[in-house]
Amino acid sequence: MSVNKITNILVAGIGGQGVMTAAEILSQTALAQGYDVKKTEVAGMAQRGGVVTSHVRFGERVLSPAIPPGEVDILVGFEPAESLRWCSHLRPSGVAMVSTTRQEPPVVSLGLFDYPEDPVAQMRSANIRMHAFDAGAIAVSLGNFRLVNTVMLGAISEYLPFSPETLKSVILDRFRQSKPKLVEINERAFEAGRAAQAAN
Amino acid sequence: MTAYPGTPSTEILEYAAKLPDMYSEWSVNEKVSLEVCIGASLAGSRALCAMKHVGLNVASDALMTQTLIGVGGGLVIAVADDVGLSSSQNEQDSRFWGRFAHVPVLEPADAQEAYEMTRIAFDLSEQFNTPVILRMTTRICHVKGVVTTAQRRPHNSGIGFQKDPARLVMIPTNAKHRIPLMYQREARLQRYSEESDLNFVQDGSDKRVGFVTSGPVFMHLLESRPEAPILKLGMSYPVPIKKIREFAAQVERLVVAEEVEPILEGEIKAAGIQALGKEILPRIGELAPQALRPAIAKLLGEQTVEETATRSLADVPAVKVSPPPPGSSLFPRPPTMCVACPHLGIYYCLSKIRNKAISGDIGCYTLGAGHPWNALDTTICMGASMGVALGMDKGRTEVDKDQKVIAVIGDSTFMHMGMQGLLDITYNKGNVTILLLDNRAVGMTGGQDNPASGRDIHGDDSPRVNLARLVEALGVKPERIHEVNPYELPNLFKALREEVKVDDTSVIITNQPCVLVDFYAAKPPLRVVEEKCTGCKNCLDVGCPAIHVTRRETVVKPNGKEKELAFVRIESSACTGCDLCPATCGPDAIIPVENFIRQ
Repeated sequence: MSVNKITNILVAGIGGQGVMTAAEILSQTALAQGYDVKKTEVAGMAQRGGVVTSHVRFGERVLSPAIPPGEVDILVGFEPAESLRWCSHLRPSGVAMVSTTRQEPPVVSLGLFDYPEDPVAQMRSANIRMHAFDAGAIAVSLGNFRLVNTVMLGAISEYLPFSPETLKSVILDRFRQSKPKLVEINERAFEAGRAAQAAN
Repeated sequence: MTAYPGTPSTEILEYAAKLPDMYSEWSVNEKVSLEVCIGASLAGSRALCAMKHVGLNVASDALMTQTLIGVGGGLVIAVADDVGLSSSQNEQDSRFWGRFAHVPVLEPADAQEAYEMTRIAFDLSEQFNTPVILRMTTRICHVKGVVTTAQRRPHNSGIGFQKDPARLVMIPTNAKHRIPLMYQREARLQRYSEESDLNFVQDGSDKRVGFVTSGPVFMHLLESRPEAPILKLGMSYPVPIKKIREFAAQVERLVVAEEVEPILEGEIKAAGIQALGKEILPRIGELAPQALRPAIAKLLGEQTVEETATRSLADVPAVKVSPPPPGSSLFPRPPTMCVACPHLGIYYCLSKIRNKAISGDIGCYTLGAGHPWNALDTTICMGASMGVALGMDKGRTEVDKDQKVIAVIGDSTFMHMGMQGLLDITYNKGNVTILLLDNRAVGMTGGQDNPASGRDIHGDDSPRVNLARLVEALGVKPERIHEVNPYELPNLFKALREEVKVDDTSVIITNQPCVLVDFYAAKPPLRVVEEKCTGCKNCLDVGCPAIHVTRRETVVKPNGKEKELAFVRIESSACTGCDLCPATCGPDAIIPVENFIRQ
């Protein structure tokens, strides 16, 4: 084991889902804990609809900003097929946190490609360590689908080298500054994510 | 500071604009951007222009003569190469410009160095009387990291614009005298490069391979081969050949690890230094650890993890060696146009026009080449849709005599480089129908303002260009100019069908804003009345990502032919209620969601 232990988090989803915001919050939290942090993303063309991945790395000293394949500690998958797409980048000891809310792209709607029947089952049969739950449904039940982001962050909070409370306070502070009305609902979303992780 | 937006360089000016005591602007193109900086530098101020790699092609005309005159205040060109083509029409290596224009090239390896080298670049520019290229890549620009800043140093030369025609008016007699000075400057920079701490050796105990590298590859090497000695070139042009020769003598083998082209490699080999480079490393894309590790392991005869796994099973060839990783056969998820994007209606109409050739341009609308529209035939560079269309018209052979030539260009691209092309079309009486998609933003890079938005880089009011009057001034007849709402499909289709029939230059301007900018107003979302949907699939031809298929059926028509049906639903949380898909729905199955409150 290297002394310079780096935590590697890969956030994967679709443009417009909040992938970059989640990665930004994780980076900010790690930075506040005194880690060296690097975050990089490949957003590709256009604003929305394509695959988006964001790499967050933190530790004593981070060198390359991109996580080498096979070295991801935590995969935060905002969509089941996208989680399947990136799960081979996990370390054997890594864990995937998967939202099962499906988003079929136009190429599937047009009948040009098939969406896998059960991406989560495929990951399980590949022995991926994971938690899977419908973060979209949780967010909608709390009243706003945009809460998915906070739900997913709550869900991974047990796996981070800092406490869930630390991550939560960074999220809530962001809202306190920009949209104070949303602090309470985000706190509930965070806790709902933690509960979903524990139950799945 | 000036720039035209371009991935991955856009954010530089977005951040610069927040600095209250500095002038910043979105320029209409990179050439103008550099020219503004040249003027500011001559006026005594420091100036920086930022652009992507292809932007420097546009600006190069200014650069190639600017390098002869030198600077007043420091002049820095920050150019970002899209290594790996995440959002570009080609992959280019901007370090060539250093050689071509005889100017120094600095290459930061991370965010901290990008900060420090920008300061150094200004100093060098003034010290050596030269523009300086700061060459970055996606892996520098699209990274956030910890940066320790230094004290800001106010720059005030106290010297204003100095009239000096022999130096600043580049007519042949004057320019001739400047060229030797440029070469002398380059020789001085060469000596500086040999001495400078920007080029340093990171020592390592494993002397089997030593690396010469620049830019982010340095970090990838530290990660991949932590014990290897590395000569890191922060100033990669002029090349410190002496320093490289000394380094080469200390290692068994020298490998040049550089993104993209084998430039250093060629120059090192030409100096008679034995080295390896692109023989073992990829020429395309990033030299990330996953590219470096296997190549170097192979060079050293080391086994990689994958090879070990393969060899242990080598004596049982009937067994499938390793199954493909999960997810490897998944559908692709290419970028799509946004839900309710005004371009959707335009491509819906274009896809229904027969016998056409469509020359496209650079912007979100380039996605019109994809499914379901397949309505874009060429993309070359900014503004090329105009000239290419005229060429297709004038160069058509007998087989294409009835082909309708259409050009598609966005507002920002039109003002960047398209206007001159349109002037060429009208001047030469081209038979081209131009769709000018005015969405009041530079959409692809994130909705930046431009002269069509009527706002400057700070969001303050600015004269809004009148595109209809502009194209008329460029020679398009008033009766051939139509302004159309692209959500009103019948009007749009009518204008398009009529204009492609006319043997003249026509311009159809669409006038609805990008859905990602604040000019756009969302309406209540739509839903599909399940009982009414007949599965006709017409709405899928719009290509909106909010429309999803719930089930498919195959029916046999009275004539015995089979027909595929697809029944749909609309993702109401994504839909913003544009009028496109209802207009394609025969049975009126698409209606607004009742009592909707947007969250």
